[in-house]
Amino acid sequence: MTAPSFGASDVTVSLDGRNVLEGITLEVAPGEIVAAVGGDGAGKTTLLRTLVGAIGVASGSIERPSRDAIGYVGATPSGYGDLTVGENLAFVARVYRVPPAERAARVEELLRRTRLLDARDRLADELSGGMRRKLGLAMAVIHRPRLLVLDEPTTGVDPVGRAELWRLLTALLVEGTAIVFSTTYLDEAERTSRVLVLADGRPLLSGTPDELLARMPGVVGATDQKPSVGEPWRHGTGWYAWVASGQLPSGMVPVTPTLEDAVIVAQLMSEQTDRAAAAVAAAPAA
Amino acid sequence: MLAVVIKEFRELRRDHRTVAMLVLIPFVLLLIFGFAASFDVSVLSVGVYGPGAASVASNLPAEHFDVVVTDPAGGSDQAQDLLRRAGANLAIVTGPTPAIYIDGADLFAARAAVAAVAQMPQLPAPTILFNPDLKTSTIMVPAIIGMILVFVGTIATSLGVVRERQTGTLETLAVMPLRPRDVFLGKIAPYFTVAVVDMIIVVAVGLAVFGVPFRGDVLTFALGAALFLFVTTGLGVLISTVSQNQGQAIQLALMTLLPQILLSGMVFPLAAIPIGVRWISYLLPLTYFTQIARGVLVRGTPIDGLVIPLVALAIMAVLIFGLSVLRFRRDLAPSAGRASATTP
Repeated sequence: MTAPSFGASDVTVSLDGRNVLEGITLEVAPGEIVAAVGGDGAGKTTLLRTLVGAIGVASGSIERPSRDAIGYVGATPSGYGDLTVGENLAFVARVYRVPPAERAARVEELLRRTRLLDARDRLADELSGGMRRKLGLAMAVIHRPRLLVLDEPTTGVDPVGRAELWRLLTALLVEGTAIVFSTTYLDEAERTSRVLVLADGRPLLSGTPDELLARMPGVVGATDQKPSVGEPWRHGTGWYAWVASGQLPSGMVPVTPTLEDAVIVAQLMSEQTDRAAAAVAAAPAA
Repeated sequence: MLAVVIKEFRELRRDHRTVAMLVLIPFVLLLIFGFAASFDVSVLSVGVYGPGAASVASNLPAEHFDVVVTDPAGGSDQAQDLLRRAGANLAIVTGPTPAIYIDGADLFAARAAVAAVAQMPQLPAPTILFNPDLKTSTIMVPAIIGMILVFVGTIATSLGVVRERQTGTLETLAVMPLRPRDVFLGKIAPYFTVAVVDMIIVVAVGLAVFGVPFRGDVLTFALGAALFLFVTTGLGVLISTVSQNQGQAIQLALMTLLPQILLSGMVFPLAAIPIGVRWISYLLPLTYFTQIARGVLVRGTPIDGLVIPLVALAIMAVLIFGLSVLRFRRDLAPSAGRASATTP
């Protein structure tokens, strides 16, 4: 029998009478990692909080393991600032009822894997942003959760710290943990099994990174000057533009799109649709 | 500078609680405390015992004395027992060995009683019970115990709990395999313990340094203190559930502390507070703890003489503690919607 998947099925969440999530479906199997991607206010944090049970759903359903098999790292700095790294880990080890005989070894193992051994006696408030994130991750996995939910785990973390966090996540995937995380970094989303792109609380795109790229209509071209066709955006020192017809004008060279390009194109398409709908609504009745 | 002033006013306009603190509360406090701030006890409650009790009672000027007991069969023991139970400010015993006893545990009433008796030369010299030297420390230290318990119980608890919300760790606790009552009790137990230790230290210092007596039953005092602590810690949690940050919690905690200090009978005698304001005193937990602390320590009041303050504190404890548990549970529950499925 295969282990059950976790996730959300056609979920709508209402807060203060307003739908902040609508029609969201996301599935993650053991050993899989899924990214929730979107801009500020897209609903990523709400989705993750809903997955762990901090927010209830208005409709749809959530599949999650029992609370003692969930690990959660929120967006705020993890752990208690006035406890040391070791004390924070000891606290969660007790809460999650890690057998006393195993606690010391488990704490030691996590300190080693997160490279926080030397910081064991430092207050959490004294840690750098990256170290605090790693402490949060260590606290969230001390009980070997079946589902690990991370809210922007690499935001504000330097490149070396990000690489370390990813190394830890990879090790957890090998152990069979199902991981859902939110991010604004699309290069991180490219490493995942599946990506859910959110905009205004609604699903914009969903699938594997390859599927999202394959489904992208039109073509993306590059140029040095701001192009007059399509929907342009800045890229490095030059410009990219999406041309829905697939016919690039002279002076533009086609580029191999990345996941970031696919997401930008999806957002542009969504805005075009919204503009068209608004124009229809504003037009006088015949 | 103008930009900063405008910015500050804009922030202030959106912080309704601070505006209330700055504008409304001082006005209300001025009115309340203006009326309440009086040490003058104009009417003294009196019990009259002995064969001539009825006659003596009828001859006492009604504008100064409120006769609460007239017992021709009673004597000195009954008179002292009445004062021990805080049933009157003074007691007059008639008969072959006439006597006047004054309750020294109610300092300002006692001073008023001494002055009133001095103006009636036909009465014998009074005996001041419980606090013969009418020392202020003897009656203030028991009340200060209550104030310290409010400090630790309400302010420290509210700060400790609201810090979890401010730092976002309350949500982490909410998704951990902890029952709300585990979190609730786990949060308040340390403050409760610290408050108990504080109380023991303050009582010990009061006894050793200020010579405050401990005439009553330790268990009765412990019961009153425990009930009072449940009220104050419950109040602390309640404040934390309606505060978004520690600043707001401090504001609210101070709003509950100030009336308790000024209207509980700790500073101004309850009898001197006009009835239009005194009803507020009877809603304040410190009023009842002060009665219990002064009763047990100074007067040696037995438990059956403290039923009213103990029951009042018990009711407050159930209401406030219960409400704080419910509010806290709501904080730990999912924000909205119905419960979701859990895969076994």
